[in-house]
Amino acid sequence: MAQLFTKDTQAIFWNNNTTAIQRMLDYDYTIKRSKPSVAAIVAPTSGNKFEKFFYGSDEVMIPLYKTTAEAKAAQPQADVLLNFASFRTAYDVTMEALQIGGFSTIMITAEGIPERLARGMNQAARDLGVTVIGPATVGGIAPGAFKIANVGGTIENIVNSKLHRAGSCGLVTRSGGLFNELSNIIAINADGIAEGVAIGGDRFVGSVFIDNLLRMQDNPEVKYMILLGEVGGTEEYKVIEAVKSGKITKPIIAWCIGTIAKYYDSGVQFGHAGASANAEAETAEAKNKAMAEAGIHVPATFNDLPAKIKEVYESLNIAPIPEPEMNVVPKVRRTKQFICTISDDRGDEATYAGFPISSVATPDTGKGIGDVVSLLWFKKQYPKWATDFIETVIKTVADHGPAVSGAHNAKVTARAGKSVVESLVTGLLTIGPRFGGAIDGAAEHFKYADDNGLDPKAFLNHMKKLGIPIPGIGHRIKSLKNPDLRVKGLMEYAAAHFPATPLLDYARTVEALTTSKKENLILNVDGTIGILMVDMWRALGYSEEEINEFIASGTLNAFFIVGRSIGFIGHVLDEKRLAMPMYRHPMDDILYDVQVAEKI
Amino acid sequence: MAQKAIREYDAKSILARHWNKYFPNFTYAYETVMVQNGSELTEAAKTNTWLNEKTLVAKPDMLFGKRGKNNLVLFKDAKPGDVSLSKAASWIDEKSSSEQSVYFSFDGDTPTGEPSVDKLTHFIVEPFTPHEQAEEYYVSATCVGDNDVIYMSAEGGMEVEEGWDEKVTEVAFPITATEEEIAEKIRANVPADVADKDKANFAEFCIGFFRAYRELNFAYLEINPFVMQGTKIELLDMVAKLDDTAGFLMVEEWGDVEYPTAFGMEEKSPEVLAVEEADAKTGASLKLTLLKPEARIWTMVAGGGASVVYADTIADLAGIEDLANYGEYSGGPTTGETKFYAETLLDLMTRQKDAKGREKILIIGGAIANFTDVAKTFTGIIQAFENYADKMKEVGIKIYVRRGGPNYEKGLKDIKEAADRLGLWIDVYGPETHVTDIVRMAVEA
Repeated sequence: MAQLFTKDTQAIFWNNNTTAIQRMLDYDYTIKRSKPSVAAIVAPTSGNKFEKFFYGSDEVMIPLYKTTAEAKAAQPQADVLLNFASFRTAYDVTMEALQIGGFSTIMITAEGIPERLARGMNQAARDLGVTVIGPATVGGIAPGAFKIANVGGTIENIVNSKLHRAGSCGLVTRSGGLFNELSNIIAINADGIAEGVAIGGDRFVGSVFIDNLLRMQDNPEVKYMILLGEVGGTEEYKVIEAVKSGKITKPIIAWCIGTIAKYYDSGVQFGHAGASANAEAETAEAKNKAMAEAGIHVPATFNDLPAKIKEVYESLNIAPIPEPEMNVVPKVRRTKQFICTISDDRGDEATYAGFPISSVATPDTGKGIGDVVSLLWFKKQYPKWATDFIETVIKTVADHGPAVSGAHNAKVTARAGKSVVESLVTGLLTIGPRFGGAIDGAAEHFKYADDNGLDPKAFLNHMKKLGIPIPGIGHRIKSLKNPDLRVKGLMEYAAAHFPATPLLDYARTVEALTTSKKENLILNVDGTIGILMVDMWRALGYSEEEINEFIASGTLNAFFIVGRSIGFIGHVLDEKRLAMPMYRHPMDDILYDVQVAEKI
Repeated sequence: MAQKAIREYDAKSILARHWNKYFPNFTYAYETVMVQNGSELTEAAKTNTWLNEKTLVAKPDMLFGKRGKNNLVLFKDAKPGDVSLSKAASWIDEKSSSEQSVYFSFDGDTPTGEPSVDKLTHFIVEPFTPHEQAEEYYVSATCVGDNDVIYMSAEGGMEVEEGWDEKVTEVAFPITATEEEIAEKIRANVPADVADKDKANFAEFCIGFFRAYRELNFAYLEINPFVMQGTKIELLDMVAKLDDTAGFLMVEEWGDVEYPTAFGMEEKSPEVLAVEEADAKTGASLKLTLLKPEARIWTMVAGGGASVVYADTIADLAGIEDLANYGEYSGGPTTGETKFYAETLLDLMTRQKDAKGREKILIIGGAIANFTDVAKTFTGIIQAFENYADKMKEVGIKIYVRRGGPNYEKGLKDIKEAADRLGLWIDVYGPETHVTDIVRMAVEA
């Protein structure tokens, strides 16, 4: 491929380096990319699911994954890996990515990867046709298309150095700092760069000068190349060979830094780990001389490089490049404290998950409460059988008389003269593991048993070991012979309308076993609701992980809360209507057993 | 620098520790001790009984070769192979008591060039091993280009170095070569001159040697010579370098290995050691080499590449006799780290005035940074100025600054204001000025 990156290139960023990623997104915004250049972040130790970044003055969320494999599976189009792991783990991260496959370029920033590992990693990539940039590099850039991490520095410098749009120079350096410097020099003395790579300062790097220059030779946007080498190594000679053999025909301007090294013995390490001459041919002088002899444009000193660039560029008579329109990243921007993904009140009419309220409110829309729940809770349009089921559940759990603890609390509070909302919340606050929580518990434990293939007997043993009664099983008075008609109704509805009810079918086999031990150990209404909710989500195509998350986040409890609020409010209004006085519990209903406190 | 030389004693110790893994069919007595003086050797004899029981060989272990030609190998008192423990101890005391001249190159047996003069501080002592010249062999391995190369010869000792091309067989392997491929190719390339009875053993020993070189992350490994008597091996002389970037993988394998300063090299100054220590503790990079501390131009440059360019330009425009140091800071050092680095330089720079009475020059240079916050690092430099302003004025220093990158406007403004407030001479330039142009300005001024 003649071009390293395009305007559609997306990367997976290994390590949540927020500064570098933000710089990439600022760049994307400036050059008006349609999609962010970072599709996913691998953050092995983070518990978060996404990270927020600015996109102009707005913010976007980029998903986080724990492993490269998950990130790649979720974002298969992202074919660049920006490996920002430390020198201890960078090798493993690269090798894993090569094994996963689907990456065309891997950039490695760590400095000081063990040489033998670096050599093995570079060779493995080469064998698979994967371009490695680095290790020990700041990266590379295809101006106007894709920028790696921190290359180019701040957005102001990028625009000053004309890195926001493609110029006509192909730039290859070892050093990252001088890459940036040269971009600036090229912007001042020519028309900017078309593509640039800092190959990295370690002794063993993946793609070397010649790999990058040969690609640039084939890239029609590149009209001439600049190579900034260093003392040490023989990579420049491969370039000389390619020029001599005619493989490279575009003009090259080149300079090797480190001419100072000749004055000192090998004990002085100038610059990068790779920069140490082991032979006369590896000195900066020898390489500069050999390059000049091969017809490469070599200035007299580094200080003369800008003039040489100007001279060569002007001799090529390249047509001026029109300056594209850019977005301007705002100087001051504030991070959003809150995120909302369910509704929006910024337009003409507020919407529920994209639907104007009026389009779901009135009876003629054909939408009910179940539809509103599906939009606002799940950001999906559920089919009618599911929204009807949700409404059935809400209606079923709306009330269970004044004696249950929640209703009782609400009534006592109302009689203390408190408002509807105060009385309601005292009732709601009792909802939890012992009151209403059986819905959650039944869904969780029955699903666990089903997922793990426990037969009813094994399931009972499992619950016994946990030391908790099976949630959703048992009723005070109802039994198989005297069934709970609410349960019957739910089951009949499910049988008639659900595509399938695998978890309910399983729960029925458990019920058969428990009722054989005791008549009233039936599947109760809480259990039936929890189990059927799981069956509903399964039928709607949710993954088991997503359903587990619904259970863990308390979504099932939420159905009970919504339904039972109707009943609680009824009890509160009832108290208000009856104008009942303050309630005091009769003392003869309390067992007093108070000992004198011991002195310790 | 990734490749570091280690002592012969450490090289032998590493191989000995893993001997049964790499050389299961060979034996090596590993009778060797390293001492710094005669009494240490006498002490060592209490636990190493062979020192009393056998006759000995002693030589310096300080990263230089040609010890025989420098007459620094003790193997005879009256006749070869008669060195006793007490003789070895007194010889070590004698050789370490005064400075010795060592030549690193010879024309035949005649030394060439200037000798290095330094004290001998480390000696290795081993049993004298009687053997035939024919039993001496040579093997070494290193990385050349992208390949690992093993060098094998039927002749060991000094002979192999004089006639390298005819006497040495070299075989190159890509990094991806398997153990089987390597073994097969080594067996097929045993030098013809190796005695027929030794050929199979020689190949097996070299296979194990090359595997140890690869797996133990040696950058260079040489045994010259080793003595092979059937399956009994003696390692008479070894040279080794480790790839120290692999140190975190090789904690167990290398054990307590030391990277000594070579004989004749100046010991590192406390300032350089302090910078090295700080460098090891940070994710950023801090480097300092003193070239000529009395010279006039000092550099405090950000970036591995830019620092070289500045050094090149100073050598071109002013000449190296004016260049006092080489160094760089990069990778986003903290304000505190930069302050420490700047103070170290300012302290060295203000110890004496220029011999010719000129003003000294401090180049605070750098390319356009990718991610280092210029204002933050300059804050550290400013704090150092505050502590050293009086000394700087006394010595007379002109400061030239050139830098770009994140927050550079603030950084340049801050450092200019601070210098003006402290009464220091300063000139400040940003990315519109060519990176090394301040060197020209400073030299021409």
